[in-house]
Amino acid sequence: MKAKILRGTLGVLALAAGAASAAGGDAVNVYSARKEALIKPLLDRFTEQTGVEVNLITGAADALLKRLESEGRNTPADLFITVDAGRLHRAKRVGVLQPVRSPALEAAVPASYRDPQGYWFGLSLRARPIMYGKDRVDPAELSAYEALADERWRRRICVRSSDNIYNQSLVAAMLIANGPDRTLAWARGLVANFARAPKGGDRDQIKAVAAGQCDIAIANTYYLGQMLTDDDEVQREAARKVAIVWPNQAGRGAHVNVSGAGVTAAAAHRDQAVALLEFLASEEAQQWYADVNIEYPVRQGTAPSAMVAEWGSFKADTVNLDQLGEYNAEAVKIMDRAGWK
Amino acid sequence: MQPSAVALTGAPLRFRPSTWGIGIGVAALVLALPVLTVFSFVLHPAGDVWAHLAETVLADYVTNSLVLMLGVAVGTTTIGVSTAWLTACCRFTGQRFFAWALLLPLAIPAYIIAYTYTGMLDFAGPVQTLLRSALGWSRDDYWFPEIRSLGGAVTMLSLVLYPYVYLLARAAFLDQSVSIIDASRTLGYGPWASFLLISLPIARPAIIAGLSLALMETLADYGTVQYFGVSTFTTGIFRTWFGLGDSAAAAQLSALLMSFALALMALERWSRHRARYHHVGQRSQPLVLRPLSGWRHAVAFGLCALVLLAGFLLPAAQLALWAFATAARTVDAAFLRMLVNTLALAGGASALALAIALFMAYGQRLRLSPLVAAGVRLAGMGYAVPGVVIAVGVMIPFSWLDNTVDAWLRATFGVSSGLLLSGTLVALVFAYLVRFLAVSLQTVEAGLARIRPTMDDTARSLGYRPLEVLARIHVPVMKGSLLTGLLLVFVDVMKELPATLVLRPFNFNTLAVRAWELASDERLADSATAALAIVAAGVGPVIVLSRSIGRRLSAASER
Repeated sequence: MKAKILRGTLGVLALAAGAASAAGGDAVNVYSARKEALIKPLLDRFTEQTGVEVNLITGAADALLKRLESEGRNTPADLFITVDAGRLHRAKRVGVLQPVRSPALEAAVPASYRDPQGYWFGLSLRARPIMYGKDRVDPAELSAYEALADERWRRRICVRSSDNIYNQSLVAAMLIANGPDRTLAWARGLVANFARAPKGGDRDQIKAVAAGQCDIAIANTYYLGQMLTDDDEVQREAARKVAIVWPNQAGRGAHVNVSGAGVTAAAAHRDQAVALLEFLASEEAQQWYADVNIEYPVRQGTAPSAMVAEWGSFKADTVNLDQLGEYNAEAVKIMDRAGWK
Repeated sequence: MQPSAVALTGAPLRFRPSTWGIGIGVAALVLALPVLTVFSFVLHPAGDVWAHLAETVLADYVTNSLVLMLGVAVGTTTIGVSTAWLTACCRFTGQRFFAWALLLPLAIPAYIIAYTYTGMLDFAGPVQTLLRSALGWSRDDYWFPEIRSLGGAVTMLSLVLYPYVYLLARAAFLDQSVSIIDASRTLGYGPWASFLLISLPIARPAIIAGLSLALMETLADYGTVQYFGVSTFTTGIFRTWFGLGDSAAAAQLSALLMSFALALMALERWSRHRARYHHVGQRSQPLVLRPLSGWRHAVAFGLCALVLLAGFLLPAAQLALWAFATAARTVDAAFLRMLVNTLALAGGASALALAIALFMAYGQRLRLSPLVAAGVRLAGMGYAVPGVVIAVGVMIPFSWLDNTVDAWLRATFGVSSGLLLSGTLVALVFAYLVRFLAVSLQTVEAGLARIRPTMDDTARSLGYRPLEVLARIHVPVMKGSLLTGLLLVFVDVMKELPATLVLRPFNFNTLAVRAWELASDERLADSATAALAIVAAGVGPVIVLSRSIGRRLSAASER
């Protein structure tokens, strides 16, 4: 028994040593809240082009941020990737990022989608419009997010939990545009219109519209895109029953968020990290985001995929994304008060 | 008789327990460090968040968590005890098969079973869609149980957690000697009365031990309740910490959660202290299986089959179906490496946990100070705490230690050591120990409790030292319990997600990480291969476990 335990322990330690040594050499180390399947192919391509190895840990953004924070100046991470601007703002605020000046990045990424001082850069755009069942809803009635609190939508709306950062950012944007009182009243109206208690992810909401449990959903567009290109015919068929309407086109524009990244304050491989950032904003990588992830490229001049282009062009909310992070806590409190589970 | 004379002088006896006491105390303190770290945030002022929580969501957190625990307690006890009794004491078709197969749900992570059942039973899923199209119904024409609800969460958790109760209860039933039952029969008790008045009370400590494991896991669950949109303490902790950005209030919520766990532990202690049951005779014969016939036979078979179907066969079949469709693109070299990583981690962590649990449980048997006993309880608290909270509790002291060493080296020698432990598998394995020590502790303690203290006394009076008593008497006698502890932690580590996700080293993946990444992106079909591999890797240990219990039974009957 003792020998077995000893062997087991030694095995684990040997594994640890092996894993630790993987972090050396000409490499760049990445903490990514973007899932492995949605970032690794790009990182591999970067390694192919530059010879720089990329070491990767994926995980939940908040936990990775906590890890960055507690590891402090000795953190091995050079680049922190998230899938929303709120977390980038939080990372900047707790001091784990450093400003980067790069003409290539500044040329590629429009000013509203990056931090003014270069602490972080948006890498893809994620729009969160209103979706509806084609056979039941007249999109003309869906002029704005604000309209969703209207009584005519009673028991007709599906949206996921307010635990989700996309909803938190959406409400934060609303707060900035309309102020706390109107936002709370709106949230109460929206909750009263829920067809079911919030549950599941964005795809679930789209499926619920397709199946007729509700008529309207709020969801990020790439989920619809992924369903339309799924291997599974059931998913494709469901997605075809749902269409997108771009809200607030006469006003502030549809809500968008970015996935993005920033170089860590303690980066030991700063140059490689900046090079990787520049690669992620390059024409090739942006095209990949557009075609494979079905997101909107952040780079001016890179076109979205043909399917996405069919959804039409839209006016995006130009609120500074950094502000979404600042208003996040207040947005969560408003959703609590409105009873948005 | 020379050795016994030495031992009986008394002085060495007083000395040794204190060495044990210090050793156990230090180990317990180190293992309690993450929980204590989280607790220390309690002292920070939490701003106005508490007023906000109390006014809005706190009542929901408390009621939902309590209802969830109550529901899972009823569910796991009903399923676990009834099936354990049937397979341990009755003979019916498939009884030998069910005896081991009923452990299989243990191999399925709770969030995975939640995903599969949602895939099947949701409004947009195949079952309801078929119903609607066949009968021409629309949304308001019919009622169908909502799977993603509090009731659904109770069902899902009960289905995968009842094996804890089943496992320990069955072992206790098997251990009961035929002579006790015979005695009860001669006193005129029928089978029901002897079950209710004799077997059940004797098995009670084991049942409650299993139940408290199931409930602690329920308290720590995040994946299932989050997916089902049920607000509990765990989802509240996440929301408060990250959404509201208030770590102090989140820590205070965690502390409240841990007080639930403390209450559970107190209950378990209390149930064990009120009565101690030990083997009465060494030559206890196993029960003669009672043959069932007629409707009893049908009910016994039906119940076991239903539980197995719902807890394992259906979800596993759904996973297999998905995996079959996607295996071509999901199985690659990286997948094989993940499998190896997962097994190595689970093996190493479970062996370590067992060694520590044995050391601590035996130390407690030596009647050490209440302070040490409390330390051991504290070290076991991690089981009721969500993995992410443990992970943060591990991260902070490890990084502090690494950074302090590094700063000192830089100041003194001008060299940097960087991070020595943070971001290595050492930190990860440590987190597993903190999280799952309670499991091995519980099983080892349950095993030790069944050995009469007079056995220790006899051995000690013969001159054996405490460690020798442990190695020569206890370990051989309770091999079954040790194996149980080992395998339970093995399976638990394999399923663990949140701590693995954030504490792992670079480029290090496990099956649970892969399964979750895809499932949380709502790519259920793609995640199925990894989920199925977790289940398959868990089935092996589960079979070993039940066979070892079976062997003990047949070995006992040969004596």
